[in-house]
Amino acid sequence: MIRLEKRPQPSTLWTALTPVLAVLLTMIVGGIMFAALGKPPLEAIRTIFWDPLFHPQFASYSRPQLLVKAGPLILIAIGLSVGFRAGIWNIGAEGQYIMGAVIGAAVGLAFYPSDSVLLFPLMVVAGALGGWLWAMIPALLKTRFGTNEILVSLMLVYVAENILASASSSWLRNPEGQGFPGSRNFKQWPAVFNDELIANTGMHWGVVAAFIAVIGAYVLMARHIQGFNIRLTGEAPRAARFSGVNPVRIVLLCLGVSGALAGMAGLFEVTGPAGQISIDFGSGYGFTAIIVAFLGRLNPFGILLAGLLMALTYIGGELAQLMLGLPGASIQLFQGMLLFFLLATDVFTNYRIRFVGREVA
Amino acid sequence: MADTLLSIRGLTKAYPGVVANDDVSFEIQKGEIHALLGENGAGKSTLVKMIFGLVKPDRGEMLLDGSAYTPGKPSDARRAGVAMVFQHFSLFEALDVAENVALGMENPPKPRDLARQIREVSETYGLPLDPSRTVGTLSAGERQRVEIIRCLLQHPRLLIMDEPTSVLTPQEVEILFETLAKLKAEGTSILYISHKLEEIRTLCDEATILRLGKNVGTCTPREVTARQMAEMMVGSSFATPEARSAEKGEVLLKCDALSMPAPGAFGTPLREVSLEVRAGEVLGIGGVAGNGQDELLMALSGERLAPKGAIWFKGEDISRAGPMARRDAGLLSGPEERLGHAAAPNMSLTENGVLTASRRKGLVSNGFIDWGKATGFAEEVIERFDVRTPGPGTAARALSGGNLQKYVVGREIQQDPDVFVVNQPTWGVDAAAAAAIRQALLDLAAKGAAIICISQDLDELMEISDRFGALNEGRLSPTRAVSELDIEKIGLMMGGAHDMEVAHVDG
Amino acid sequence: MDPVLLVASIMVSATPILLAAIGELVTEKSGVLNLGVEGMMITGAVMGFAIAVSTGSPLLGFLGAAVASAVLSLSFGLLTQYLLSNQVATGLGLTLVGLGLSALIGSNYEGQRAPNLPKLDIPVLSDIPVLGRMLFSHDFVVYLSLALVVAVWAFLKYTRAGLILRAVGEDHESAHALGYKVVRVRMAAIAFGGACAGLGGAYVSLVRVPQWTEGMTAGAGWIALAIVVFSSWRPLGVLVGAYLFGGVTVIQLNLQAAGTTVPVELLSMSPYLITILVLVVISARGAHGAPGSLGRPFHASS
Repeated sequence: MIRLEKRPQPSTLWTALTPVLAVLLTMIVGGIMFAALGKPPLEAIRTIFWDPLFHPQFASYSRPQLLVKAGPLILIAIGLSVGFRAGIWNIGAEGQYIMGAVIGAAVGLAFYPSDSVLLFPLMVVAGALGGWLWAMIPALLKTRFGTNEILVSLMLVYVAENILASASSSWLRNPEGQGFPGSRNFKQWPAVFNDELIANTGMHWGVVAAFIAVIGAYVLMARHIQGFNIRLTGEAPRAARFSGVNPVRIVLLCLGVSGALAGMAGLFEVTGPAGQISIDFGSGYGFTAIIVAFLGRLNPFGILLAGLLMALTYIGGELAQLMLGLPGASIQLFQGMLLFFLLATDVFTNYRIRFVGREVA
Repeated sequence: MADTLLSIRGLTKAYPGVVANDDVSFEIQKGEIHALLGENGAGKSTLVKMIFGLVKPDRGEMLLDGSAYTPGKPSDARRAGVAMVFQHFSLFEALDVAENVALGMENPPKPRDLARQIREVSETYGLPLDPSRTVGTLSAGERQRVEIIRCLLQHPRLLIMDEPTSVLTPQEVEILFETLAKLKAEGTSILYISHKLEEIRTLCDEATILRLGKNVGTCTPREVTARQMAEMMVGSSFATPEARSAEKGEVLLKCDALSMPAPGAFGTPLREVSLEVRAGEVLGIGGVAGNGQDELLMALSGERLAPKGAIWFKGEDISRAGPMARRDAGLLSGPEERLGHAAAPNMSLTENGVLTASRRKGLVSNGFIDWGKATGFAEEVIERFDVRTPGPGTAARALSGGNLQKYVVGREIQQDPDVFVVNQPTWGVDAAAAAAIRQALLDLAAKGAAIICISQDLDELMEISDRFGALNEGRLSPTRAVSELDIEKIGLMMGGAHDMEVAHVDG
Repeated sequence: MDPVLLVASIMVSATPILLAAIGELVTEKSGVLNLGVEGMMITGAVMGFAIAVSTGSPLLGFLGAAVASAVLSLSFGLLTQYLLSNQVATGLGLTLVGLGLSALIGSNYEGQRAPNLPKLDIPVLSDIPVLGRMLFSHDFVVYLSLALVVAVWAFLKYTRAGLILRAVGEDHESAHALGYKVVRVRMAAIAFGGACAGLGGAYVSLVRVPQWTEGMTAGAGWIALAIVVFSSWRPLGVLVGAYLFGGVTVIQLNLQAAGTTVPVELLSMSPYLITILVLVVISARGAHGAPGSLGRPFHASS
């Protein structure tokens, strides 16, 4: 018989080990799944995890993609992790990401074809503001009426998608685009194009922002009293109130930070890799970032690694689609499984497993 | 022997790192009220859990009425005629009385019949109760009745009662004792768990005393003194608090008709609570659990803001000031619930120090925490209050109840408060640690601080307080000097007049 | 628009959400918050569709959908009840897994048509003029969903098993102390919730649309969760909520078809906006009736 016994305090060893274990388990189960789909399992795993970085032919293309994909994931996940630490469940980052892109792009396009150097920073601020505003809706409803932020933030994703559709087909549509949906292409507008800062690295301003966010989040959570208050609120809400933490402020802060970072990620994406506002701009980064946040153990540096790993599965998935004809959806399932296995193995962090002889009744 | 109902032979149960019960043997006779006596952590609850089928013994056997008794689960126990009234009630607040009773029965009758039976039993035993009321709206005493009636409906041969009087006023205790006497007269055996010695001397026929999991002796309570039993229970003597000077200073904290709505569906509103406490004085506030103790602490700590003009500290209205502002001014507090309220269970002792001491001890500058200083503060508290722990990096939940209590009370005292409000400072703490905490409170008062000690332990309040008041349904009785009180007066202050009309039991 | 058709289409539109919500209600009543409804629904949608297309039997499709989603929900149960993972995170994970799994399975079925689910005219009643066609000429799943609401209501109110389920959800410590098997009760409730969500999903892919497209449940699972809050955890409230929502959906679709001057996007987002609005109204009033142990992990220490 197996019995769980609560550890007196969480095991630091297992905190670090569970993500590794989860990745291994996902590889094994994923391999079985690929075999069931009639694909060679080992080759599939290698294509996803190895080839994007080291394949003699593709690596030169896919290596820069690593940072391109990891940038928004990390930026969004850092914001989410701050809220998750406080027990505030913003799962609508996808909506905030879209709104940041739409509002940031709209502000930029209002000045078209200006070539002011101030325009891009202005758009970044507008993007952050857009995401922040979108996150303030669940925040204010929660603090004012006690409305569940999980459901509201998620509903707002669908609303944001409709706003995106309307922006792309009407009010932000490229007037010179022969009536096709989609905004002007930022790649053809040098003043605001969020290009690679160093050629062939994938490093654009969004990646820089992600790195800054990692460091900022670390300082906030480990050294600053507000970070302490956030953690305290998540660990023991009553103790937080006893300490004098204002729960309303924590909700506004956490949802605000995650919304602003997601919005910023959206702006960097639309002015860079995506290039324009279009109906399929929402790529699911906002949801994948939830996995990244957990896989990184809500720890900023963990999120950095998890973001890179998750980016790898995106690129590797595309590669596997190309080379092995693996269905695109299998990578989505792969990522979901990763989260599931992480949550399952997390039991080792807080509990000790004991095997005991069957007790005589 | 034909008169033995339950005989327990060599019961042993070990948990990792601790032997909860070590070769415990004793017998309960038919129609006997048998006391099980011991300090917190002596192994009383593990023992009764084994009798009730919640825990399986590692070794040893039980005989019920001469035949082997091995309950694998509580329903086995109930079927064999063993019923239990828990200390922390196993009741469901959102369900009504009848539903709660039905959940505790093996084969409950139809709802209508059940309601009738509940009324019958409650009349027979003098325990009035309306079957259709939601349990969340009942007082602690009434909730206990639900548990008792739930047991009685199954006509138990053995009734286990775990610390039943800790939630009752002295008058309610009398009613309970009459009920138990009637049950005994009908031939029911009762296993009565308590650490209150006088109570056991009045009520019980036999007593088994546990210390550190071992049976250290049996006695007939009426034939020994409370002191003798206490020595068997504790095993050693411990310091009793020293007396202090009677000189009192100016009024430091004052409540002026403080009224606040209930915090939740099942909370208690505060109704016109007025009190004053002076420098160097200890004000004890008694009362049965759930009569506004938690709410009063939250009002004084600043977790819930009071209406303007209700709370005055050193002559200033602090009603609208939050916990931080009150701490800055010198008003500190210690809530009852250690894990989750006074301390964050998963955070380290150092972090739990920052929780309340960040500003008074200068642990934060420009918003950044000085972890070196914070660790130093935690170490000071650990050192001064003899907290047994591997170090300040240990998570709060890894500490035993007594040690964590010493830490959270010590954390506030170490900050030299002018006024210290504390709720249940020694709840669930062993005798030696409790004595240390009480001494620390008295020392703080001797240095000129004013102390409000909210507690359900009347002995404790009588020992350390200068003046006493009692909370009842959110109202505070007028406070009076302890020297002019006796148990009868205290009972009346606690609202013992409750249900006096049913104090007589038929037959 | 023909009022008969309108009411009939509202019933069709409400049924998937009603099924998912009544299942989630039972799960939550046992004290478990399963946020994976969307994932279980979409899995039910794809499994129901795949089985119905392969076997030609919609009935088998519904059955398969219920079983598949129940099995999926048990993985959530395993994680939250035995491995004690966080319910919110695990529910989200379940949704992500379900979305991926369904997209993977469904890629072979895009563009196919589901076999037709026959209407079940209730004898006599369906002959009543107007009302008969409006209310009594639907497929069996519509009636099943309504029957389930009544059954769940009666189960919770009148049966001992229902009482135990509520007790476990109100206070698992007390229930455990009285000797009830908290984890087993919850696993059963989770599986029931999963099966219901599967049926709801299959109804979307087999009747409402009826074909398979990726992500076709489009948040219906989340709306079902909102409706449970709206209902204050009462079965009849779930019924009202689901039909209210069905009504909004049908009306906005009709407005889109009629080509009003209101932008299409505004109409498409209206169900979500109205859900938010309803949540706000409910929470402002003070949400009552949430089970006491909802979402809290249970670990029997002894």
